[in-house]
Amino acid sequence: MVREVDPPSIQKDFLLAALAEGKRLDGRIPLEQRKIEFIFGDELGNVECRIGKTAVLAQVSASIVKPRDDRPYEGFLMINSEIGPMASSIYENGRSSDSEVLITRLLEKSIRRTEAIDREALCILAGEKVWQLRLTLHFLSDSGNLLDCASMASMIALKHFRKPDVEVIGDEVIIHSPEERAPVPLAIHHTPLCLTFAYFENLPPILDPTHLESTLCAGTLTVTMNAQREICVLSKAGGTPLSAEDIMGVVRVGVDQVREMVKIMDQALEKDRESRVIEVQ
Amino acid sequence: MASVVLPGDSIPLPSSSKPVILGPGLAASSSRIRTPISDDAPAIISTRLGLLSSFKGKEKSEQYWVEGNSKRYIPAQKDMVLGTIIARHAEGYRVDLGSSQMASLEGLAFEGATKRSKPNLKVGTLVYARVSLANRDMEPEIECFDPNTGKAEGFGELKGGLMVSCSLQLCRHLLNSKFPVLPALASTIPFEIAVGLNGRVWLKTETVSESIALKRVIEGVDSGEIKPEKSDIDMAVKQFLA
Repeated sequence: MVREVDPPSIQKDFLLAALAEGKRLDGRIPLEQRKIEFIFGDELGNVECRIGKTAVLAQVSASIVKPRDDRPYEGFLMINSEIGPMASSIYENGRSSDSEVLITRLLEKSIRRTEAIDREALCILAGEKVWQLRLTLHFLSDSGNLLDCASMASMIALKHFRKPDVEVIGDEVIIHSPEERAPVPLAIHHTPLCLTFAYFENLPPILDPTHLESTLCAGTLTVTMNAQREICVLSKAGGTPLSAEDIMGVVRVGVDQVREMVKIMDQALEKDRESRVIEVQ
Repeated sequence: MASVVLPGDSIPLPSSSKPVILGPGLAASSSRIRTPISDDAPAIISTRLGLLSSFKGKEKSEQYWVEGNSKRYIPAQKDMVLGTIIARHAEGYRVDLGSSQMASLEGLAFEGATKRSKPNLKVGTLVYARVSLANRDMEPEIECFDPNTGKAEGFGELKGGLMVSCSLQLCRHLLNSKFPVLPALASTIPFEIAVGLNGRVWLKTETVSESIALKRVIEGVDSGEIKPEKSDIDMAVKQFLA
């Protein structure tokens, strides 16, 4: 598709003038995130996450496959994240843009490589049968900061998901349907979440840039952190150089922010759990 | 008499001798129907989903159009639009209106422009213009003056200020003087405004925080969070300015 049209130059002048006064165009302060909202689907593991007008739908499903020969105890986690034209007309089906590659790789790094999911707990019968989890992300609307929204949608969907209970008797595997036995949650080690900061020259950084802000900024920095104050991924793809203090500054902000986000997620999950009736015979 | 029409629906227009003006969303189809005036009149069909609206205009003419809640702008003649200049040519400029095709703006289509003295606009400039030519399958053309008077009449380059995007429907409503949003805003904040029918609004105020407050009110009305009533808007402005 066509390259996106640059916003008019007055837009940049205004944005910089506003940021110099410590104001953002949607009334936020520089280090404030847009409102987070979760919409739970009927199925377990189907959650839509919204930050402002950005929306990502995550869907988790599980199937039973044979493990790799060199890792007989490990299950699989596959992440499908293809950005289609539904998010914005600048994305094209089949051809991945630079931003899409960046989002996919960062999600891979921050969810799979940080071992957020205990993959050994997905083993049913060593060398024979393991669970394969498939996390599919649908990017519904791009109003800036798709990555943070996608990482939050992924983690809440994984937390929301329940896999069917299995019983192993000798070599035989019995899969219990959800009506028979309550499905079991996944073993999750920690909740890594992405936070994106945008930098403008001679101005303090801003959290959760909107589409306009990310087009006009001089560079972005994404940190993936968990509530245990650990930095999982730190990614800076180009843009202005930053000093060590700058990075430490945003990491400190990020620690509190991630805790807050995990709290919002847990509250949303708790509320959803209460509204869901699971019958066990 | 608002009724919902679907693309392809034929529209029964009153059979009188009054001139009828077809607005956006309506087109004459190739099929012929029999009317009291002529036996071979083209049938009028709707080209999009929406409410059929009408308005009695000047000179006893009646205007019809389809009011939808779309976001993608389709250029129509005489629309006032806001566009960004994306390229310069020897003869003029290419302007992005948010439609599927770029519009062309001739270098001479300005007030008092001659071959010797043409305005010099940079790439990225925001202009307020009027659609002078909009045919299907053709590049639309825009101009920055009123052809009746030859004067600028407010068209041309917009300096400073801020551009806000909103739905096409809200833009049409904002141009209606009975719609309470702009009068309510004007009672608290002095501002300059240019409403484009292509889903863009430009505004300029004294201070940055006033502009942000206006932007948030317009976006709030667009998303339905703020009701377009004077009391609600006054309250929102007070809250956003605090």
